[in-house]
Amino acid sequence: MKGSLLALVKSMGGSLRDLLPIILVIGFFQLFVLQQPIPNVADIFLGTLFVVLGLTFFIYGLEMGLFPIGESMANAFARKGSVMWLLIFAFALGFGTTVAEPALIAVAAEAGEVAANAGVIADTREGKDSYANGLRLTVAFSVGLAIVIGVLRILKGWPIQYMIIGGYIMVVIMTAFAPDEIIGIAYDSGGVTTSTITVPLVTALGVGLASSIRGRNPMIDGFGLIAFASLTPMIFVMVYGMII
Amino acid sequence: MIDLLVEILQMLLATIVDVVPIAGIIFGFQFLVIRKPVPNLRRVIYGFLYVLLGLSLFLLGLEKALFPLGRLMAEQLTNPAFIYGNIEQLAQTIHWSDYYWVYIFAFAIGFSTTIAEPSLIAVAIKAHQVSGGAIGVWGLRIAVAIGVAVGISLGSYRIVTGLPIHYFIIVGYIFVVIQTAYAPKMIIPLAYDSGGVTTSTVTVPLVAALGLGLAETIPGRSVLIDGFGLIAFASLFPIMSVMAYAKISEYRAMKPKEKMKD
Repeated sequence: MKGSLLALVKSMGGSLRDLLPIILVIGFFQLFVLQQPIPNVADIFLGTLFVVLGLTFFIYGLEMGLFPIGESMANAFARKGSVMWLLIFAFALGFGTTVAEPALIAVAAEAGEVAANAGVIADTREGKDSYANGLRLTVAFSVGLAIVIGVLRILKGWPIQYMIIGGYIMVVIMTAFAPDEIIGIAYDSGGVTTSTITVPLVTALGVGLASSIRGRNPMIDGFGLIAFASLTPMIFVMVYGMII
Repeated sequence: MIDLLVEILQMLLATIVDVVPIAGIIFGFQFLVIRKPVPNLRRVIYGFLYVLLGLSLFLLGLEKALFPLGRLMAEQLTNPAFIYGNIEQLAQTIHWSDYYWVYIFAFAIGFSTTIAEPSLIAVAIKAHQVSGGAIGVWGLRIAVAIGVAVGISLGSYRIVTGLPIHYFIIVGYIFVVIQTAYAPKMIIPLAYDSGGVTTSTVTVPLVAALGLGLAETIPGRSVLIDGFGLIAFASLFPIMSVMAYAKISEYRAMKPKEKMKD
């Protein structure tokens, strides 16, 4: 009991160290540049305490739950030898984790506004909502597809750079043809899709697959799933902007 | 006190709603397709509970402390009254260098929020394990953080000057392609991944506030077109900085050996 308490205090110290830069930056700008007193000191102290505790629990649970389940599922699929089920799982994981992502919902709603302002769609509630929902489904679909492509790459051992560079070339070509107002949103949608829970799971899945298939190096083949997941939404969102 | 408990419960509920589809997919496939018991099921479930609790507290803390302050600061720093001292002078001609505090803030906040980003910590831990210690947890995190910092300052400069975003991104891609040709092979997938990993819970809200604040106060910028796009910068530059970090580590590892040969 004493040992685990000590470990908890120690990892809380680690979390505090992770947060120290933010505290220093905000403190410095507030006191020296803007020269304003810090409002609600009590709230801020409490909030910081929560952040430290939260980060500690998160890291703890990560190594206990998220990493092991990702790897054990990767192993189980590799042993089962059913590529079809593995790919269906990959798609479901990508689609399912993205479609409900709060950051994506926010960006999609914003995109509805942009489109309405630009006169691409009717400036009504229904018009904007259906545009935003279409965008969300597009992004979720493209992330699902990305994980499928990424898993196929791990199975086949294809080198990642040609695929990613090919993707970049597609992005550049699409940029030339896509309507202006969708470009910023398309570029951003690549970044917002990957949430705090998805990233560890998908990473563990990739590394687990690469370690359980003979001839694959977990370092070279295991990483890269997230890279696909942040590239394909850019392409598909621009396609969406062109079709609508 | 009761208010606080209610807030914690609300946040916990919101996090559970986010996690349910993921847990559903995982356990659904586990029981219907794999049909084998999960090793250490109890431990895994406890792990999930810790993740849920941790993420809820983390988000609640951010909402209470860091986000309001960070947003307020982004607004104050981009306020013309702060930049030009008095309103009268409120410039007909805006010079990009007048916004130097904004660039410094963008750099500092980009760096520090990336260091605290939980998903980056997760990937760094995994990369450290998989590489057998060759990639340091802190080395990777600092490399990514520098990339985000540079990306966000450059992105703020772009909003101030109003240059089109795709020029920057396309030039960035060209850099990435050139670096890929020279970078050590084992770092390439990780470098590509680090672009997507950086932008989640902590960075996005603060960075978005900065971008929107800038776009609102600079004449001739559209909030909707120029305000976004900082995230794209923040996901491109870490790719370059991680490859650069690997190249420098490789170079430093090679150097002593060459000396020994002499």
